[in-house]
Parts: sequence; C-alpha cells; structure tokens
Amino acid sequence: MRQSREHRHAWAIVAAALMMGAGLVTLAQTKPPEGQPPAPAAQGAPQPPVERRGPPPPNFPQQQRHLADAAVIARGKGLYESNCAACHGIDLRGGQQGGPNLLRSQLVLSDKSGEQITPVVQRGRPNPPAGAPPMPAFPMPPDDIKAIAEYFHSVLAHAGAQGRPPEGELVPPERVLVGDAAAGQAYFSAKCSTCHSVDGDLKAIASRSRDPRELQDLWVSGGRGRGGRDADAEGGETTRRQPVTVTVIPASGSPLEGRLARIDDFVVSLILEDGTRKTFTRTASGPKVEVHDPADAHRKLVSTLAEKDMHNVTAYLWTLK
Amino acid sequence: MVAAMKAMTRTFALLLFLAPIALVAQTQGGLDPASLLKPLGDSWATYSGDYTGRRYSSLTQINQSNVKNLGLAWLSRGFVQGSGPTGHGGAAGAGRRGEGSARFTVAGEGSGEFNGGGPAQIRGSVLMVDGVLYATSPDNAWAIDARDGTILWQFYWKTRGGTHTGHRGFGMWHNYLFMETHDDYLVKIDAHTGKEVWHVELAPFDEQYFSSMAPIIVRDHVIVGTGNDLDTPGFLQSYDPETGKRQWILYTVPMSADDPGVDTWPSLDAARHGGAQPWVPGAYDPETNLYIFGTGNPTPAYTVAGRGTGTGLFTCSLIAVNVDTGKMAWYYQTSPRDMHDFDSAQTPILIDSKINGQPRKLVSTAARNGYFFTVDRVTGEYVASGKYSPAANFASGMDKQGRPILNPEKVATIPGAIVSGSATNWQPQAYSPDTGLLYTPENNGLTIRYLIDADPRGSMGLGGIQGGGGVSTGGSITAIDPNTAKVAWRHELPGGGETGMLTTAGRLLFAGDGAGNFVAYDPANGKPLWHSRLGTVSNAAETYMLDGKQYVLVAGGDALFAFALQ
Repeated sequence: MRQSREHRHAWAIVAAALMMGAGLVTLAQTKPPEGQPPAPAAQGAPQPPVERRGPPPPNFPQQQRHLADAAVIARGKGLYESNCAACHGIDLRGGQQGGPNLLRSQLVLSDKSGEQITPVVQRGRPNPPAGAPPMPAFPMPPDDIKAIAEYFHSVLAHAGAQGRPPEGELVPPERVLVGDAAAGQAYFSAKCSTCHSVDGDLKAIASRSRDPRELQDLWVSGGRGRGGRDADAEGGETTRRQPVTVTVIPASGSPLEGRLARIDDFVVSLILEDGTRKTFTRTASGPKVEVHDPADAHRKLVSTLAEKDMHNVTAYLWTLK
Repeated sequence: MVAAMKAMTRTFALLLFLAPIALVAQTQGGLDPASLLKPLGDSWATYSGDYTGRRYSSLTQINQSNVKNLGLAWLSRGFVQGSGPTGHGGAAGAGRRGEGSARFTVAGEGSGEFNGGGPAQIRGSVLMVDGVLYATSPDNAWAIDARDGTILWQFYWKTRGGTHTGHRGFGMWHNYLFMETHDDYLVKIDAHTGKEVWHVELAPFDEQYFSSMAPIIVRDHVIVGTGNDLDTPGFLQSYDPETGKRQWILYTVPMSADDPGVDTWPSLDAARHGGAQPWVPGAYDPETNLYIFGTGNPTPAYTVAGRGTGTGLFTCSLIAVNVDTGKMAWYYQTSPRDMHDFDSAQTPILIDSKINGQPRKLVSTAARNGYFFTVDRVTGEYVASGKYSPAANFASGMDKQGRPILNPEKVATIPGAIVSGSATNWQPQAYSPDTGLLYTPENNGLTIRYLIDADPRGSMGLGGIQGGGGVSTGGSITAIDPNTAKVAWRHELPGGGETGMLTTAGRLLFAGDGAGNFVAYDPANGKPLWHSRLGTVSNAAETYMLDGKQYVLVAGGDALFAFALQ
C-alpha cells in the first residue's frame, strides 16, 4: 500500500510548520534519556528545515516506547544470540530452523515489557499456530527473559517506515554492473548516438555519478536520477536536460518560440529568449501550439528498453570516466 | 473497548430505565440508511453518494447547455487541523480564525504530540445531508453549512501516532457520524453537536495498522476496513452503530490450515502475514446483499523470497461478502502473485448492462496494475478484461480467467528491472449509464526496481527494494467500455491524471486535470466544456441540490469550493 504523494505532502506540511518556527509541540525535552531512540526533529527545539523525501519517521508504539537501559539491552542481546538466534535468526527475522520472524510477530509487537514473551519462553510452544516447528521450553530466570524482551523492543524501535525491517546488509551498488560493455557500446551507437555523444553531452558521464546504480538511474531517466519525474526538485549538477520548447502560432501575427513554462488545455506560457514570459489563452480557434520535447525520443526508447540492453549500456557508460 | 466505552458501561445501570427512549431517539430522524438505495440526487450521504460506486448523479440543472455559466457560489478556505493537547497548540492554531462561534471538540487517546496541525488536506468524500456538509482530514472533521460554507463545528482527535495517509471521510447513520482514525479507532459523533458518543479500537495499533477508510453503513452494519504496510493480515469488519459491538470479521488472507486459499501461500505463517488490507470503501448490491470491495497488496510486497510462487489469495482481489453474515460469497483476483505493490483496493463500480443481448449484473474496476476487469457481481464469474495502461509491462500474458500472468523478469533484481508503475490509485472512478462508459484517472510510467536486500528470507513490508530512475509517459482521463474492457477515449493531461471523477445526468464529467484546473468534460468524448483554475484539486467532486439550486462541490487541499449556475 503506497500513497507516496500524500506522504510527501504531509511531510511538506511538517517542514513548513518548522520553518514558521511554529513547532509542532512544546515539549521541554531536548535530549532523549539514555537508551531511547532520538526524538523526532519536531519534538526538540526548532531546527532548520531539512529537505527530505519520503514519509516522516514512523511513530508507532514500537518507536515511541521508553527503552530499557543500554546494559539491560546488551545483556538481552547476548542471551538472545546464545539461546534463540539459531531458530529465530541473528537479526530476529527468522532462521533456517523455521523459527518465525519476531519483528512481525503479533505477540512481540503487542508485548509491553516481557509479560507476553515470558510465558512463551518458559513453557515453550509444543503446538505453535501457523504450522511452525514446535518451540522447546527455556527454563530461564524471568529477569533474563525480560532482558531479551527489552532487546527485541530496542530492535523494533529502529524498524523502517512502511513495515521495513531495520536496515541490514544492503546490496552494494557496484553489483548493477552485470552487462557487457562492448554490447552496450554497440547498442549506444545504434540507438542513442543520433542525439547523444560520449565526447559531447555525455563526456565522462560516469564521473557525474557516485556509483554504477546512480549512473543507470541518471541515463535511464534522461538526466534526472532517482524517482523519475518526481525528482525534478532535486536538480543538482546531474541535471543537464535540454529544455522543452514551444512554438505558439497566433491567428494573426508572427509565431513565438521559447521555453515552455506551463501548458494545459486552457493556457500556454512560454519564456522568450529575452526572459519575457508570455501567456496565451487556448481556444478552439487558436493559437496553434507545437510542443518540442527533446526527451520524447528518450521516453519512447525507455518504453521498450529490455533489461539486458539497459545493463549493457550501463556497463559501457561506466567506462566513460 | 476504551475509556469512553467503560464510562458508558459504568453509567449504564443508571440509564437503563431510559434505554427504550434513547434507542428510539437514536433511530429517528437524520439519515435513514434506506434512502441510500434511491438514485443519487439531492443529498450525498455516503462515500460514493450512493451504494453503487458510480458517482453518477441524477441532477440535471447544471448540464452541457448551461455549464458555461457555472460560477463560484461560495468558497470556504483555511481549514486548519488541530495540534497539541487542546487542539490550539502551535502558532498555526486550530479552527478557522474569525469563526469563534464554531464548537470545537477535543477527543482521542493520544496526548496531541503527534498531531501535526497545519492546513487540512481534504482528500476524501464530503457528505451532504439536510443542508449540512461533513468533511474530514486526518484526525480532524468539520460540519459546514452547505448553503454558504460557514463552519458549524470542528472535531479534533488527539492521535496516538502511526502512519497518516489521506482520510476518506465519514459514514452516516440517522443523526450520527462514524469516522475511522489513523490510530485505529471507530468514533461515533453526534452530527448536530460534533461531540463524541463513543469510540472502539477496530484494529491493533501495536501491530502498526492505520485506519482511514470512510465507513460504509448498510442498515445496522457499520462496515470498516483498515490498512497496514507491515506484514499482517487484512480484515473487513462490521460494527453495531448503536453499541459499537463488532458483528463480524472477515479476514482477507487464510488464517487457519483449513481456510480456502491457504495452498496459494508457501506456509500458513506466510498467509497470516500476507496483507490484503481493504483500506478503501467498496460498493453494496441490495439485490444480493453483497458488499463488494478490493484488497491491497501482499506482504512482503516486493521480494520473492518468503512469498513463493503462489498467487497469494486474497490479495489484490475483488471480494463479495454477505453484509449480514460476513461470509465471503466469491472473489476474483485482479493481480495474481503481485510483486509490485499493485494494491487493488480502489472502489469497484456496480453496472447493469446487456452483453450479447442478455441483461447482466456486473461489477467493474480499473486496477492499479493497468488492467481493467468486469465480472458478474452475483457469481464473480469473469466477463471481460484488458490492458488499459499502455505502459503496463509486468505481465507476460493473460490467463483463461482474464487475469494478467506475472512476468518473472519484471520482478526487482540486483542489476535492476524496468517496470511499469501504478496506473491509478485510490481515486474514485465513475460510470455513466448514459454513455455506458467508466472513467478513471490514468498515469503511465516506468521505473527501475533494484533488489537491495538479497536476504534469502525476503524482506518485510514495502522493504527490500529501491526505486530507481524512470520516465513518465503521460497521464489522462480514460473512458473504458465495461462490456469489452476496451478504451473508448483518452483525454491526455500534461499534469497526469490525479483526481477522482464525478459524472451527472446533465451529461457532464467533472475532474481535476493535474495542472490545478477543475474541469467539466463531455463524458462522450472527453472534450473540456468549462473550467476554473483552483490551484489544486484534492478530492473527487460531488453534487447536491438545496433550495432548488444544484451545487458542484470540490476540495482543494484546505479549501472547499461550491459552484452553481450564475
């Protein structure tokens, strides 16, 4: 379930509120007590607005709770790793022996301070629900189990937004390089070189990206990088897109050409060479409007782009440092 | 049950002798649920206006011949959400200034610290009953005079937190309003005063559910759905509008080893964490007593590991449920084995049509995966389907039941797969029996999807992948013939298809154009007939009739615009 536009808008409101110095709440708290996750920006003193994409930080009960002392959490972690990790996984996301993922466990999510987890550990689960393998009883002291529970809660506090697990090991971006550079060069010559040149607009294009994944994002989107059309606002030096231009031909008078500023069914606005902005009302009787988008050919190409060709071209472009 | 309910229980004995009078009072006056069975006209009393999901109004005062004279009747702007413990925290304040006479009610189980305040975002339906409008924004609601836009009361809910998406509006039953809150309560509000009557928890907030659907009320059933991005089971429920007691719950994934569909998951544990959240209102067919709704994506959404190769029932499906028993009558899966968050929760539309000369009772939907579906609404039997979004590239073909077959090459990979995005979303579609066409906003685009978590156990929620570069290949308002699933016309929009639809017997189709214009189109061909530039259009337009005057109402973020003939 994703409603990204709404999330983004909600965050823009938060950012705007911060900018106005309104502060969303007036908590005296300026420093989180030890063992607590850092307070969301909105809770502290007003801070300079940070340009941020994506949803606001999650604030479900897991992220709101007061965590135990660091020493308790560390003890719980040690106990978990020696007693539980073999079945439930070192990162709590389930293990090879069939122990379920604890980060999405209803019981762990609704546990407050070990009261639900303790009986399960002490008694085991001879007949677990959902067809999982039986769990043996672990006759541990209640304090140890409570420490394990507090460790669980400290991990859940760092889970990502939209149900994501806490950030673990991520695939390095270099692993995008699976293509054949020579085949990529051949594809480039056949399909791209009419408009682009590796000695001209794409000279040393690889040096404009931090890694091959970013390079692939950059060229596939036609100079915008991650996020497609939504990434406009990011701008930055990677954006070297040719502007969209428009020719407006009034019923009488000479045609005007310029950079397209805005167009819908009812008006068209353009910026002339001298920087003047002109707006025309569009009706059935005119003016005639011709939009020239240099990216049209690129969009058409990407619409039928096969993964293999994409990876080959990326491998080729990565050689252009 | 929470504090308010407990308080009610404590005083229940005292009030027992008054109970018969109280119950009579509750079920008299206001909105009679039976009135929702009539063709949509003067009022707008449920999410889609009526139960059919068509958003087709029988009103004709505003029509093709005079729409050029449509002008602003009133504008009510500056709806501000509450914040803090009193609702008046922060410089932004709460409630619209200069309207001191409007009642302000504070409720909720939170402290107010997670209420963002700021300008409202009206992104759901606004009800119009007996001359009063009822609008919502996350954690906030307003009653507004439908004749001039004056705010009558504001309801402010101190949230416990959680994911705050757009809010889809109220359900109404007699003199009471029912609202879901993002922190998972169903709240009953007195429509006259804006005061809370009771609230009950409808989903475990601890498990990261969030609830924003407009309740659909059928007789004495308050039907509510909820959402979640974490790996949890989806469910639809029905509550008693008087007592707040749950009448039934229908899980949208298998929950025990003998449940139907369990063999479409790699394990029962996977099924029980499989998602299929019903977070958008459905339609109701009184003839069969079936409520028909769509379900969301499977979880984990994007990673093959942990999901296996099964279709994952009943995710991304149309489901018909008996309103009295809560039993599933049929299902039809529109995105089998979804790997792209092609959430299919959008409101389906009930259509009566003739196919091969035979009258048919149908239900249709333009799904987020870019395919359109029509099935028999009595049996769920497949009638027609087809691809409407030219960009849709995730399928290798269609099966005998008209469902797209996932192309495994289009699932996120480490070097990147280039895949079509959401062709549409929750925004309401509309259907006109005059043209026989269904209207939907459409967006086309492709993005690279990288697998960034290669863990053999799979990821969780919407994790495990990263969206990369891509291109937008255009948006439109698209008209589709439900009998054939073929596109009849497409009106291109430079700004993309963004808002929901309204169509009327005045042969008009109202929608935002993605460029800030509110436009009346000819439903036969998509030609613009009238427009007003509001800057932003944030919900699907509605229409109602008061004192012999037809209004067209639309929200633009924190403003409501009412248009009428000048």
